[in-house]
Amino acid sequence: MSNFRRTMLFMPGDNPGMLQSAPILGADSVILDLEDAVSLTEKDSARILVTEAIKFLDYSGVELVVRINPLDTEFSLLDIDNISRVKPDALMIPKASIDDISEVDRKLTRIEEEQGFYIGTIKLIPIIETAFGLEKVYEIIMTSKRVEAVLLGGEDLTSDFEINRTKTGEEIFYARCRISAACRAAGVDAIDTPFTDINDMEGLIKDTLKAKSLGYKGKAVINPRQIDSIHKVFTPDSREIKYALRVLEARDEALGKGIGVFSMDGKMVDAPVISRAVRIIELAKLFNIIK
Amino acid sequence: MTKLLKNLGEAIEKCNLRDGMTISFHHHLRNGDFVLNMVLFEVAKKGIKDITVAASSIFPIHEPLVNYMKQGIVTKVIANYISGPVAEAISKGYLQKPAVMMTHGGRPRAIENGELHIDIAFIAAPTCDDYGNMNGVYGRAACGSLGYAVSDAQFADYVVAVTDNLVPYPACPIEINQTCVDYVVVEDSIGDPSGIVSGTTKITKDPVGLKIAKIAAQVIEASGLIKQDVSFQTGAGGTALAVAAEIKRIMKEQDIVGSFASGGITGYISEMLKEGIFKNIFDVQCFDLEAIESYRENPKHQGMSSSMYANPDNKGCVVDKLDVVVLGATEIDLDFNVNVTTGSNGMIMGGSGGHSDTAAGAKLAVVVTNLIKARIPVIRDRVTTITTPGKSIDVLVTERGVAVNPKRQDLYEKLKAYGIEIKDISELKEIAEKITGKPKTIDFSDKVVAIVEYRDGTVIDKVKKIN
Amino acid sequence: MDIKKITKAGTLESNDILIILMPNSNPGLEIQLESIVIEQFGDQIKKTISETAKELGIENAIIKAQDKGALDYTIVARLKTAFLRVR
Repeated sequence: MSNFRRTMLFMPGDNPGMLQSAPILGADSVILDLEDAVSLTEKDSARILVTEAIKFLDYSGVELVVRINPLDTEFSLLDIDNISRVKPDALMIPKASIDDISEVDRKLTRIEEEQGFYIGTIKLIPIIETAFGLEKVYEIIMTSKRVEAVLLGGEDLTSDFEINRTKTGEEIFYARCRISAACRAAGVDAIDTPFTDINDMEGLIKDTLKAKSLGYKGKAVINPRQIDSIHKVFTPDSREIKYALRVLEARDEALGKGIGVFSMDGKMVDAPVISRAVRIIELAKLFNIIK
Repeated sequence: MTKLLKNLGEAIEKCNLRDGMTISFHHHLRNGDFVLNMVLFEVAKKGIKDITVAASSIFPIHEPLVNYMKQGIVTKVIANYISGPVAEAISKGYLQKPAVMMTHGGRPRAIENGELHIDIAFIAAPTCDDYGNMNGVYGRAACGSLGYAVSDAQFADYVVAVTDNLVPYPACPIEINQTCVDYVVVEDSIGDPSGIVSGTTKITKDPVGLKIAKIAAQVIEASGLIKQDVSFQTGAGGTALAVAAEIKRIMKEQDIVGSFASGGITGYISEMLKEGIFKNIFDVQCFDLEAIESYRENPKHQGMSSSMYANPDNKGCVVDKLDVVVLGATEIDLDFNVNVTTGSNGMIMGGSGGHSDTAAGAKLAVVVTNLIKARIPVIRDRVTTITTPGKSIDVLVTERGVAVNPKRQDLYEKLKAYGIEIKDISELKEIAEKITGKPKTIDFSDKVVAIVEYRDGTVIDKVKKIN
Repeated sequence: MDIKKITKAGTLESNDILIILMPNSNPGLEIQLESIVIEQFGDQIKKTISETAKELGIENAIIKAQDKGALDYTIVARLKTAFLRVR
């Protein structure tokens, strides 16, 4: 399990080759998909394959997430029942509603008790992809302590709104902001919707920068070649790191002199600036950019 | 005097082909070659037998050779690469004498010093004049460089040019000239263009291959060899080209211009010449139409004979000047020996080609491969067949880790300092076997069906008949 | 348990195995295996199939398998799925 979710890579659950290569493609999280990537006649097949894969393969280097089928389908109960017993890090719940999260939370608690797992081991990641979900996002998050992140599902959301989905994303701007704010208030990660043009790297970077600027911690990925570009956006670059180091140096100097607030480069450096610098250095260390 | 003959039958007569002789062919027409089959058809028709076929490479299109082997018309094969039905037939023991597998550098060495005596060289010539001047850059069967035919042309007792494009004298530009050529035969067609060039070979789209390429490029960068005037060679496979793409990116970023790229050349490498990433190309064979065009039009795209490319016994070959080579592997073992000759079921499916030559010459030889191919771990305790000895191999790059040859402590330090995680090759083997289970070792019969010759002529391994 | 109808699971894609579960007119378990790695892993694959069949309680059946390099967990999963589809 990794500590960050800069990238969450979707992998089709019924494809053994992809289940095997998923953990080494470089994403922070992998989402083994039982929902959209699997045809209706193969739902059972995918569920069993993913269950066996989790038991056998080594996913220790990534956060292991399974996207189950929506709670209003005949498949979700069996998904939860089977998958939770092999202890993925999290279940991802499509078209999440308050009742859905509540129900899954209860089921997981029961299964964790039965299996002797620590209660709360299996986390939840709701996908906000309906107008109702968007409206109730904060409550959805607060329904269960298991919720650690929220994914914006841009394609289904715009479909629910009966509007067009575009590359530049003006139509999901409000949704992005609302989800980000709710996540921030609740203390969980906001994860952005995938960029669907896998040949447009420039567009991907622009889209990811937009999400980052609104407070998103990561982005869903539908093709492994998107991973590096997204990581670059969410990883501090050398300029940011240099600046952060200077801020912390100046802070230490000021502390030594007994001064609380000080200035650097003609600008005032106060608590928020310092915490951002601390955060950048933490990330830089986490990503092994500095020791 | 005229060198033009009516047909191949007449050429065989005029060259006095007898039982037990050796005839040679180049493989520039690859899986579109008609010449080898046409010549053997005539040989069989005349009732000649016990022939040694020295073809620089053999492809699936040469399937008729299997019957000639079974009939004893062809009793020995000498090649640097064998694939398809002929490879299978040799593995199953249908060739009366053991085949000899050489390398791209070892073959011209043997021809030039007399070890491999060629009675008649049949040289497929995409363009030829009536005096035997030939090139490979024009004609329906255009193939680019004719590098593998040069030693044959210079040292064979008789040289017959076989063409489907007879042009008025002289056939400039001249790659192999009239002073070596005895006869010229014109056929309707010497090859199938679609089998000669494989379109443009493309960079792999497989995410695992792309990851391997990225790591390989990091290893090459960490070695410190990517600097001004670097020289580089890579195979034509999808992952190898992905490595070339990464190297190109790094060189562009750092404004580095390389001295040369070499080997079998694809459009991708020709593009790098055009863009000024490398100053020159040394081309021993062209893989696609783009490469052929570049070879034809750009003087910096220089052809080279296989002798100049890789012969260890001449006054200096190109691989000696090579900084970095990227290679594949069917198997690699704990001593870093590499097998590209046989599959793990023991069947011949390739051969060194330039593998052991470039690995020996290059400052840095990097093997890139998936750790597991269709459930088979690529790393073994010992390879089924040694094509390239471990001492020539410096680094193994797989998607699950990098292993450095213990003999290269200097390289190990450099990679560590760069931040590349290095595993023992035995550790990588264990990781693979944990995933796949341990494969059963296959028993072979005792009969030797092929001798594997290292580039210097020594026998490095033997291939046994499969059960 | 006896297999009364034909079911299948899996595909012929790389890394997968196609398993067809059929009734057996003779008693016992019969495994018909085709595999691209038959020499290296044939025994291992048959072992995995028969052990899984035993666990599931399959007694009389023909299991036809066309393997394209599937790892053990895939073989187990596909057989379990084919068996599930019998019900």
